[in-house]
Amino acid sequence: MKGAHDLGGKTGFGPINPEQDEPVFHHDWEKRAFALTLAAGFLGQWNLDMSRYARERMDHDSYLASSYYEKWIHGLQTLLVAKGILTEEEIEQRMRQITSDGELD
Amino acid sequence: MSEHRHAHPPKKVEIRVKALESLLVEKGLVDPLALDELVDVYEHRVGPQNGAKVVAKAWCDPAYRDRLLGDATAAIAEFGFKGRQGEDMVALENTPTVHNMVVCTLCSCYPWPVLGLPPVWYKSPPYRARAVSEPRSVLEEFGVRLESHVEVRVWDSTAEVRYLVIPMRPEGTEHFNEIQLASLVTRDSMIGTGIIKPPESVQ
Repeated sequence: MKGAHDLGGKTGFGPINPEQDEPVFHHDWEKRAFALTLAAGFLGQWNLDMSRYARERMDHDSYLASSYYEKWIHGLQTLLVAKGILTEEEIEQRMRQITSDGELD
Repeated sequence: MSEHRHAHPPKKVEIRVKALESLLVEKGLVDPLALDELVDVYEHRVGPQNGAKVVAKAWCDPAYRDRLLGDATAAIAEFGFKGRQGEDMVALENTPTVHNMVVCTLCSCYPWPVLGLPPVWYKSPPYRARAVSEPRSVLEEFGVRLESHVEVRVWDSTAEVRYLVIPMRPEGTEHFNEIQLASLVTRDSMIGTGIIKPPESVQ
């Protein structure tokens, strides 16, 4: 079955609208998502193909609705949990803690 | 759509990124300074300025051009540009009758050592979907109108093979040196969604 990522030749997406003078990253969290994904890759628990597959397995609508680095973070979490490096529970707990501490600007 | 998303990133993903980073740092699996370093490399040090040097040298030095077309990975490594996402490079030379353009229909494969990280449009569904089915209309959206006798070749990148387009050298630059030439080479011209116009000084 073709996943949502297999986009070649599909129709209905409209114009490309390239951004002029685009920055490398649009938000600080994108920088961290990028670097964290690379650094976690250095742990040697998975390869590039597994990283891609973790992103491609997103459900169809989420894949198309997510920005690039949102897909990366989804894929990273999937791999970290699958390899037993982190658990869903500790991630959710930490997210709640960060939210209640108001650590974000 | 993507611009809107970028203007208002969902807060939840920010929190998730922060949570993953703090947990991995806590477990000693990731060094925050190493993260800073990775960001700095790809934000400031690796980018299309690298590819522009390769293209300019290929224009000026026929022996280098031959090496680049023969074994692009090795020829690009002569500049010290190598590694991650550029392990197997192929150079594609544009000519008056052939225009090459590059896409990754499946994700975002892109030659990082020579072009840096890809722009959002390269990673987005419209370009990935349409580059292979209607490349000429895609090119027109980038302001590139090719004559009908020019053949368009679209190359779909893979996790292994990454492409660098060698655009045509603009007219009127015969007396330019490599540094001057490199300053004319745009990112899009090396993806194949741009052509290089003659510099204003010679127009």
